[in-house]
Amino acid sequence: MIRVLAMAVGLCLGSGAWALDDPVTRLDDPMGSGMWDYHQVRLLGDPADIRFDDRVILRAPATAEDSLNVPLLVDATGIDNVRRILVFADYGPIPHVLTYYPEQAQPRIGLRFKIDQGTAMRAAVETHAGQWFVGSTYIDAAGGGCTAPAHAYASDDWEEKLGEIHGRLWAASGRARVIVDHPMDTGLADGIPVFIIEELQLETEDGTVMARLELFEPVNEDPAFSLYFEPGTLPASLRVTGRDNNGNRIRGVLGGGETH
Amino acid sequence: MRPTRRHLLGALAAGLAAPKAFAQARHVYDLQPRSIGDGLWMIEGATEHFTDANGGAIVNIVLARGQTGLILIDTGPSRRYGEALATLARRLDLRGVSAVVNTHHHPDHFFGNQVFADVPILALGETQAAARAEGDGFSDNMYRLLGDWMRGTEVVPPTRALDGGSQLIDGRRVEALPLGGHTVADLALLDTATGTLVGGDLAFLDRAPTTPSADLPCWLGALDALESVGAAQLVPGHGPLDRAGRAVAQTRAYLGWLDTTLREAARAGLDMVEIMQHPLPPEFAGMGAQPQEFQRSVAHLFPEIERMELPRGN
Repeated sequence: MIRVLAMAVGLCLGSGAWALDDPVTRLDDPMGSGMWDYHQVRLLGDPADIRFDDRVILRAPATAEDSLNVPLLVDATGIDNVRRILVFADYGPIPHVLTYYPEQAQPRIGLRFKIDQGTAMRAAVETHAGQWFVGSTYIDAAGGGCTAPAHAYASDDWEEKLGEIHGRLWAASGRARVIVDHPMDTGLADGIPVFIIEELQLETEDGTVMARLELFEPVNEDPAFSLYFEPGTLPASLRVTGRDNNGNRIRGVLGGGETH
Repeated sequence: MRPTRRHLLGALAAGLAAPKAFAQARHVYDLQPRSIGDGLWMIEGATEHFTDANGGAIVNIVLARGQTGLILIDTGPSRRYGEALATLARRLDLRGVSAVVNTHHHPDHFFGNQVFADVPILALGETQAAARAEGDGFSDNMYRLLGDWMRGTEVVPPTRALDGGSQLIDGRRVEALPLGGHTVADLALLDTATGTLVGGDLAFLDRAPTTPSADLPCWLGALDALESVGAAQLVPGHGPLDRAGRAVAQTRAYLGWLDTTLREAARAGLDMVEIMQHPLPPEFAGMGAQPQEFQRSVAHLFPEIERMELPRGN
């Protein structure tokens, strides 16, 4: 009996640092972050076919000047057949920022988010064939972005502006820019429950989905996105539709109209 | 004298000890006053961003002789900096500092205040309020940026409100110009005796202007007001003494370019990250703290500008 136990202990020791959270496919994280394995398993569902790949490019300032509004540009146009892109932070009370389904758009997106501390940022790209490609960058930050109350409550007309849309299409360059007014409350500020846009999409007048987004708490207040299409292929206008977690509908139209 | 083995060993020991002494002396400010008029001195800061190497000594300070001591205009980024100023002031005038003025509420201009808590600390009323409201937040960030340089620094907002117009501060005649645009309230002071205008951060020279609290149209208006004073010389908030009107002209040109660039970028549908990587025109690329300051300005100003420029979608 003692010998069997000793053998069992020996086996465990012999297998090294094995743990429940170990991913199926072990990667060498270029950021050397302590959270990577955890997110690979919990957030990405522990896919077997996964690797870090320089073709997934994240561009952001090295330091977050405004922790409530950190710009990030994710470019996976070097990867074919993209189904979705998950954007997340290694360190933060709520890691998952958003998931982008490019549909008819290029796998490239500009966004802004709230950062809570210096952290590796990731974009995990899944193809329709189930392969995963991951890119990273590091952003330094003073912190506090996720736990501060929204600016909106400093003015008393935020309810009137809720769901207000600004934006435009640029057909020649294939760009779409959309900004939706919304507090995007994370639920982490004292006494303010979660209040966020959960779904947002661009569609043609006949209802064809051109691109869609799932948003989570870390997306910035008044979410602002740049989406990119093949130059010259955009129709004259696109509908913006979506909803928040309180059931408010978001509706608007982006056109090629004059800027102010 | 022939060097003996003991001399050699002694020299060797001194050599080994030197790095330690240097490390202990690391958090000491070396402030050099320069006379810029009768009873008037300026301490010129580095035209950089806050770094561990400069200890936050990036700001210009002015000392003016009053009736009972020296009037100190702005107090630097930390308690240690304030102490270095107090020592320096006693070297220039045995009576030391008799009054303090803060031009505005940014941390590099008033975080030395605690050293001078026994004399009046004057500022515009809105500067007092802004220092109370935002001081702790600034403090967190300054400790993060400068570490041990900040040890013991506590936020002491200005204690007395100063009105605009002709004033006597410790017996010295000044014209106080209550302006704004760099922040909610920016004070410029004209020293009547020497014709020197202390511009605060309304005017920068060869150092990129900072915009975390900026209102560009208001700031451009304030620059017109500074120019109309027609002062013999101007001490900018950051950068060298200016006797040729360069600081106001350069700050005006830069802010105008910044506003135009951001509006055009919004109209072209550019993302913030794309704008931050724009190359700067040659006349602004060589300013101190570039391109970091431009990138910070994109973060400060672009979201608001973009909302104004883009059409409504519902």
